[in-house]
Amino acid sequence: MKTPIYLDNHATTRMDPRVLDAMLPYFTEFFGNAASRNHEFGWVAEQAVDKARKQIADLIGASAREIIFTSGATESDNLAIKGVAEMYGEKGNHIITAATEHKAVLDTCKKLEKHGFRVTYLPVMADGLVDLDMLKDAITDKTILVTIMYANNEIGVLQPVAEIGKICRERGVLFHTDGVQAIGKVPVDVNKDNIDIMSITGHKLYGPKGAGALYVRRKNPRVQLTAQMDGGGHERGMRSGTLNVPGIVGLGEACAISHREMPEEMQRMRYLRDKLRSKIEEGLDEVYLNGSWEHRLPGNLNMSFAYVEGESLLMGINDIAVSSGSACTSATLEPSYVLKALGLGDDIAHSSIRFGIGRFNTEEEINYVADRLITVVRKLRELSPLYEMAKEGIDLSKVSWVTD
Amino acid sequence: MAYSDKVLDHYNNPRNVGSLDKSSADVGTGMVGAPECGDVMKLQIKVNDANGLIEDAKFKTFGCGSAIASSSLATEWLKGKTVDEALQIRNTDIVNELSLPPVKIHCSVLAEDAIKAAIKDYKTKQAQKQPASAAQSPVAQSVA
Repeated sequence: MKTPIYLDNHATTRMDPRVLDAMLPYFTEFFGNAASRNHEFGWVAEQAVDKARKQIADLIGASAREIIFTSGATESDNLAIKGVAEMYGEKGNHIITAATEHKAVLDTCKKLEKHGFRVTYLPVMADGLVDLDMLKDAITDKTILVTIMYANNEIGVLQPVAEIGKICRERGVLFHTDGVQAIGKVPVDVNKDNIDIMSITGHKLYGPKGAGALYVRRKNPRVQLTAQMDGGGHERGMRSGTLNVPGIVGLGEACAISHREMPEEMQRMRYLRDKLRSKIEEGLDEVYLNGSWEHRLPGNLNMSFAYVEGESLLMGINDIAVSSGSACTSATLEPSYVLKALGLGDDIAHSSIRFGIGRFNTEEEINYVADRLITVVRKLRELSPLYEMAKEGIDLSKVSWVTD
Repeated sequence: MAYSDKVLDHYNNPRNVGSLDKSSADVGTGMVGAPECGDVMKLQIKVNDANGLIEDAKFKTFGCGSAIASSSLATEWLKGKTVDEALQIRNTDIVNELSLPPVKIHCSVLAEDAIKAAIKDYKTKQAQKQPASAAQSPVAQSVA
């Protein structure tokens, strides 16, 4: 076993060597521009792009013509939300999203608010899920778009996407979902899930960075987006720019592999994740799971370790790559807004660790991580005045703290 | 974020972790910060009655590595100082010693606050002690 151990697979994933093999010829040998229609170089590139389009579409139950290539999920989210806002702005100016969305969605919505749009940020329930009745109540005749992620990047909870999509369909509102954490990890089907637009990226499913896609429904309903970049009119006029052929080939191959191996992989991820959780809970008291356990990505575990601050915990397990919701690990000095949206106190948010288990993790690594974590949490609790007070029976919520 | 070697050293081998008897008259306890801010420091000093020197200092800290290192360093510096000398410790001294980056300066401020709070507690206890011992003498009758 080699250290450091990578358990931050929600941030990015290591590229599958099979993906790299598929990509390599398209850097040097088949370097053509997929938009070159009049020679062999262009045709080869176009064929490769078409194959990738089909591989992506097959993974999500779409048709190849509904896939638009982008540079990644941030661009896809921007194109989806701003593209709908601009195209359907005359129909209405109201957008609905959720408090736990990725910044690529939230900040895009905030930008639109400056341009006269009204945005509803739905709160989530304690388990991280959107309340469907609240969503129904939020839709008005001015609503043009609902954008709610498939799976959350911090707590891994899976939103009731099919139901959200159904509500949107009934009310004639378009439904966009940021699918980056879910696609390739759990079955996603744009028809069963009633999805109109979906953001996809390569590097979260063992593909390359800088290669993404947007699923845009072509019928029932036919979705139109206003392009956000002007240029050669590529990708059905929705996204100009020469296609990143090697990246697209990699994204396609990554989707094909995930598609083939998903049933087995889901089981393996769940086994490792459950093992990590049970070992931690056997070794430590006062650890808390954040977010729904039932509606969750197989590879996600997010836990809080009471009386221990997240950054100091990360420091103690410095041969393990994970993330924390602690303020100290963010630029803003604010603890995770996702955990706060669940109603967690700041103290518990500061104590959280996100484990993202992926394709290349082994059982040996999981055992090592659990043991290291238990040792470090125990050590830090010995150092923690809060743990001492709690053991003395002091109710920490009733203490009046001295702050500036 | 990269940590300085000194921060890592204090984090890996924290000095003077523990607790002193907070009810003792020669012990001063300072507790600063709040869990929701991500930092709570408890710092205690034990002062030798005879020579006025801080003969022991202990800490416990909930917080990031820099907060742990700041309080660990503070306990090292406190030992052997008089209370008045201890009051001269500035957060900037801690920043310099540990090479803390700007985003971690609040950790050093908290450590300075903890020192001051511990000394204040000690002085309060001493002030209460004096009239109490004076009360044994027949002339001091005005003490409540």
